[in-house]
Amino acid sequence: MSTSTAGRPYALIAEFETPASTLHAAELIRDAGYKRWDVHTPFPIHGLDGAMGLRNSKVGWFTFLGGTTGFSLGMLMIWWMGKVDYAIPVGGKPLFSPIFAFPVSYELTILLGAFGTLFGMFFLNRLPRHYHPLLKHPRFRNVTHDRIYVVIECADPKFSDAETRKLLEHAGGRHIEIVED
Amino acid sequence: MAHAVHKIPPYAVPTPPELEREPLVLNQRPFAWISDKIAGIAEGKTPTWWWIALAISVLGALTMFGMVAYLISTGVGVWGLHQPTAWAWDITNFVFWIGIGHAGTLISAILCLLRQRWRTSINRAAEAMTLFAVVCAGIFPVVHTGRVWYAIMPGFLIPFPNANAIWPQFRSPLLWDVFAVSTYGTVSLLFWYTGLIPDLATMRDRAVSKLKKFVYGLFALGWTGSNRHWSNYEKAYLILAGLSTPLVLSVHSVVSFDFAVSQVPGWHTTIFPPYFVAGAIFSGFGMVLTLLVPLRSICKLEDVITTRHIELMCKVILATGSMVGYAYGMEFFIAWYGGNPYELYAFQNRAFGPYWWAYWTMITCNVISPHLFWFKWCRTRMWFVFLVSIVVNIGMWFERFVIIVTSLHRDYLPSSWDYFHPTYVDIMTFVGSFGLFCTLFLLFMRFLPIIAIAEVKAVTPQADPHHPLGGAKIGGAH
Repeated sequence: MSTSTAGRPYALIAEFETPASTLHAAELIRDAGYKRWDVHTPFPIHGLDGAMGLRNSKVGWFTFLGGTTGFSLGMLMIWWMGKVDYAIPVGGKPLFSPIFAFPVSYELTILLGAFGTLFGMFFLNRLPRHYHPLLKHPRFRNVTHDRIYVVIECADPKFSDAETRKLLEHAGGRHIEIVED
Repeated sequence: MAHAVHKIPPYAVPTPPELEREPLVLNQRPFAWISDKIAGIAEGKTPTWWWIALAISVLGALTMFGMVAYLISTGVGVWGLHQPTAWAWDITNFVFWIGIGHAGTLISAILCLLRQRWRTSINRAAEAMTLFAVVCAGIFPVVHTGRVWYAIMPGFLIPFPNANAIWPQFRSPLLWDVFAVSTYGTVSLLFWYTGLIPDLATMRDRAVSKLKKFVYGLFALGWTGSNRHWSNYEKAYLILAGLSTPLVLSVHSVVSFDFAVSQVPGWHTTIFPPYFVAGAIFSGFGMVLTLLVPLRSICKLEDVITTRHIELMCKVILATGSMVGYAYGMEFFIAWYGGNPYELYAFQNRAFGPYWWAYWTMITCNVISPHLFWFKWCRTRMWFVFLVSIVVNIGMWFERFVIIVTSLHRDYLPSSWDYFHPTYVDIMTFVGSFGLFCTLFLLFMRFLPIIAIAEVKAVTPQADPHHPLGGAKIGGAH
């Protein structure tokens, strides 16, 4: 994906104006069996995940991993530091107890859970990615403003210039153009 | 980039008038208007008032740093602290600032989980306020230790193997506080940044100068608005909201443990955690209003931060203010009902002792003033809301002062009883911390979108594929 040969076609792009027409187009493309395609929107559109046939995001697993790491790390750290490595006996209190170790472990659960979530999201989205063929397209800068773009990659096994263009036209897309890599 | 206002097709399924809600963005502004308006604040020419405000704020911040430098080079004796009042303005300021932060997290996290869509117009600025308040809060506990180099040196607060081979005392709530506050600051930053990514991409795509395009682009991480990305992003955002909710409740609970776990009459009470959390949200909404009421009129944002938004925030102040009032009453009741003469004395001393003026200032500001918000007239007059928000801020500072100083100034040994007087260093450090806070906030509003552009777009009717304005045909189907 990252090999950049200037001038090679990357994808067919079509512009949409309303969320309803985008949703409809996404359903058509999904049902036509395309795999390497995407919808770029200025804001998340409710129901578009279903229309694109996306499954539930896996970010939660990274949160879980981070959170459990944080909690165990907190408990282990407090146990090892206060009981094993350098005992500080105070007033006959136990050298380790999960009760007094809880607040710190709880905060570490949240801290590492949050890092897991954010970096998990970056990993799943393959971000940061500062080079992208779409970002060179002059019209595409409206994607963060008020336009919606449906992008079907040329690398999709079902892609054919004529057929795909017809599908996008039928779906109501405008300014259908080839974006070069 | 001007676009005509959307034509309004007839509503497919008309909403009954009694269920009709005021829209979150007035005058049916199109998407383009939203990004032009909000990004325009940071893109436009720097207004003169901004330079004046920045100059005053920087002066304040420099005063604070000067006072802190004087403190560090001389010792904590430059403050009015003594035995038995070993904590006074320092910890008051810490709790005051950290409490203010809580409204930002409440708006961004708890209101997100509760699907309160009105949060989108105010969450960005409120989260920024949280971050800057945490920065101000963090200074006080560090400098109050006297030998500051011990507090910041790894191994004393943050577990790190240093030459003494000793670890921090994990049984102490003061150490829990270190973890709670630093986690809070970090997670708030992550949450804020996550929310900023799509808007940084907007700033990148609108940027005219090469430098701006590079810097915004660098932090936008190459965001293209891909729906495959949005899907993971939205989930991550929801999870971060889910993580921040127990976090924000725990932070002020842990702050209250600093007091509640000790044996001091007036501090050793189980009501402290919920009472502190309610007070924190109360004070935080006060500060959000103090910032946003002038901001919406200066930046002409009345269509995005509508009167309805302000009214809703006033209602949160009313609700949390009532909780705080209840907690004050319950504290007194338990002090009497608990039958502990020292506890009862501590409370009688609060209300009728030498600090009666601070106690009744607190009651007036925190218990009486929020009840004005029962009246719609009070909630819809911006100057009035602004005034009450300042009163709430004053009241909440006094609450912490009353809790800390009145409980400490008369300890178990009457011969050491004393009255606390702040020195000019105490006062200037606190006043200066507002300078630091305002400096950071002014920089934020000059360089970043102060309202979550993508999120506001998403709550408009034209973003809904099942709404006629979103392109849906008659009958609601797309």
